Amino acid sequence: MLERYFTAASTYAHSIDHLFILIAVIVGFWLIVAEGMMFGLVFKFRARDGRPTQYITGDEKHLKRWISIPHFLVIVCDIVILAGAITVWYNIKQVLPAADATVRVIGQQWAWSFQLPGPDGVMDTADDIRTVGELHVAVNTTYHFELLSRDVVHSFAVPAFRLKQDALPGRTITGWFRPNRVGTYDIQCTQMCGIGHALMAGRVIVETQQAHAAWLLRNSGPAVAGLQSSPASAMDPAMTLAEARP
Amino acid sequence: MSTEVQHAEPGFFRKYLWSTDHKIIAMQYLFTGMAMAMIGGYFAYVFRMQLGFPNQYVPGYGIVTPGRYNALVTMHGSIMIFWVAMPVLIAAFGNFLIPLMLGCDDMAFPRINRLSYQIFLLSVLVLLSSFLVKGGPFGGAWTSYPPLSASGAYNLTPIGATLWLLAVALEFVAFLLGGINFTVTTMNSRAPGMKMYDIPILIWMIILANVIFMASVGPLIAGAVMLLFDQTMSTGFFDPTRGGDPLLWQHLFWFFGHPEVYVVLLPAMGIVAEIIAVFSRKKIFGYKTVLYTAWAVGFLSFVVWAHHQFVAGIDPRMANIFSVTTLLISVPVTEMVFLYIATLYGGSIHLDTPMLWALAFIAEFMIGGVTGIFLGSSGTDIYLHDTYFLIAHFHYTFVPIAIIAVFAGLTYWYPKMFGRMLNETLGKIHFWGTVIPFNVIFIPLFITGIAGDQRRVYDYAQFAEQSRPALQHLRTTSTIALLVMLSFQFVFLFNFVWSLRSGKSAGANPWRSTTLEWTVPSPPPHGNFAVLPTVYRGPYEYGVPGRADDFFPQDIPD
Repeated sequence: MLERYFTAASTYAHSIDHLFILIAVIVGFWLIVAEGMMFGLVFKFRARDGRPTQYITGDEKHLKRWISIPHFLVIVCDIVILAGAITVWYNIKQVLPAADATVRVIGQQWAWSFQLPGPDGVMDTADDIRTVGELHVAVNTTYHFELLSRDVVHSFAVPAFRLKQDALPGRTITGWFRPNRVGTYDIQCTQMCGIGHALMAGRVIVETQQAHAAWLLRNSGPAVAGLQSSPASAMDPAMTLAEARP
Repeated sequence: MSTEVQHAEPGFFRKYLWSTDHKIIAMQYLFTGMAMAMIGGYFAYVFRMQLGFPNQYVPGYGIVTPGRYNALVTMHGSIMIFWVAMPVLIAAFGNFLIPLMLGCDDMAFPRINRLSYQIFLLSVLVLLSSFLVKGGPFGGAWTSYPPLSASGAYNLTPIGATLWLLAVALEFVAFLLGGINFTVTTMNSRAPGMKMYDIPILIWMIILANVIFMASVGPLIAGAVMLLFDQTMSTGFFDPTRGGDPLLWQHLFWFFGHPEVYVVLLPAMGIVAEIIAVFSRKKIFGYKTVLYTAWAVGFLSFVVWAHHQFVAGIDPRMANIFSVTTLLISVPVTEMVFLYIATLYGGSIHLDTPMLWALAFIAEFMIGGVTGIFLGSSGTDIYLHDTYFLIAHFHYTFVPIAIIAVFAGLTYWYPKMFGRMLNETLGKIHFWGTVIPFNVIFIPLFITGIAGDQRRVYDYAQFAEQSRPALQHLRTTSTIALLVMLSFQFVFLFNFVWSLRSGKSAGANPWRSTTLEWTVPSPPPHGNFAVLPTVYRGPYEYGVPGRADDFFPQDIPD
């Protein structure tokens, strides 16, 4: 269902979509039954002359069943939904599959910046690649992200990946994603972060493995930093907030 | 109250502005709440216009800049919850109805009651004054997460942020005073013969709401003091660079914030219970079970708060626990709704305006309830958190609570409050003109939410996927439906004012109800009851076999 409105571009997108459909079927059934029951009763027992009201307290056994049986069925449905919800949550948020690569995602008022280890695969070395607003990743590669914030609470969201995680100042939050579809997708900030909140957009560019390797080579190392199309390497950690604002 | 203590008629000021009469204080809360609802509705109009027709001139406002947009959504949320839902549902209906339904002459602490409204009014003035200060009103969302809210350098509204916090804190003081008063009155001032299970469900619900409020607000007050210190004295409670923790505020806020949902839900459920019983001429199906489910909801509401924080950076293992408790709360809420539907069975249902509102409450609230399951399930919440799906979900709970149930209560008790009937035709026009557009506003927003629209964004032009025309059509549809809904509110305002003088005279008991407030003249005189009543039975004795009348008032001996 979500697929009609949005592309799915990560391995866990479909598990969230399937959970959504499971819940939609279960609660949709209950909603239709309950609304139907209500409107049916309103019609059946509309006021008519000469038909007295029945005196019912709710303690009658044969009538109480109409409450107690749905009551237990609701609990059963809750358990089914919870099993699905916790399974999906566990696989996305509680376990970290072994990483093929790591990226650092930094939120600040009002831009996303990214740090990728260069060809040496080690973060915080001279050949690291820093970009602003654009995250380049390779398809079918499991990434760990280290999420940081320089100032206030932000939220790193890539709808096509079904990924969302708040970035908190003072903490590094680690998570993962594995893109499985080449393309360019939106990055949003989904936590109110000040007057530029709506402008805090970014793009994640999922490339084929070869294209990504070529991009890494082109852009790594301080020597070529100045040649990049994206305003990389401008991201000096010591830069002040005012300077970083677009 | 006997005739020997009749005073000289007090002047206008003492009678209407400095009164200790619970009915006058109820009217003060009601009219203040309605005025705030107009302000909150106006803000909704402005920011929906910006979303429906981006960056165009909004008639009656002007151009909506990003900073102003943030302030508008922040103030809309704060006002509708703290300055509309709470004063109208709890303070206005509670003040008016608690003494009348319990059969006593006034509140236990009339002067505390007066103080409660005065502090509430002060909180309104403090909030509105933030529109006049440098930087304008606070725009950091009604949840006010630090470090954004803690520092003027981040939120650019240093004075507005502090005034917002002060206003919220003052509002809480007002409701603490009111809550003490309501609870003490209900425990001590019931008419002779009114046992605990003879109390109308609405009064039970208001008391439960007050108990939940009083038990949950402490942590938030503590948080508010710390945030105030962070803002004004440069302390670092929520500042990670100085050992503080921004997540602490989120826990304190939502520990209050989620029970708050039930603080306003329960009185709304109570209003609906009264109306359904009267207009289907039926005893509430399982009176005690309704109360037990309400207690269960109240208790569980304290252990679900972190479902607002699944992706906020809390320990991910905690999400599982809060998913379980959140889905667990669906059990008593569902059961309560089922009991209300069951009450219709075997009745003789009259579709007068109050009943239409009450039925609409159930029909719409169920949609709000089931869509909450998507968000309470941690797995789907990863995607839907902070999207318009969430916005649509909680408006499907809060609009039934703060708008539909309030209209149900107002149309039902208007004859008692003012002695005259509202016009029924205008009432039905207003009903359909509100409920149909309400659905047209929010059903499209479920879809834009599923398509990834996140909230608090003044313009989606930055996002390639969100700026597709198909999504913009949905946003525009929603905005136009809002304009229709808002314009129909003038029908209600006209009906309200016109009926004050020209409505049909109501008499003491126009709806043929059983509860005590309908035994006194409309409007009730100072002191309420000429002779304090004695109660002989429960509140919903309709269609009792062997009686000529189909209702058996609480105060008539067997």
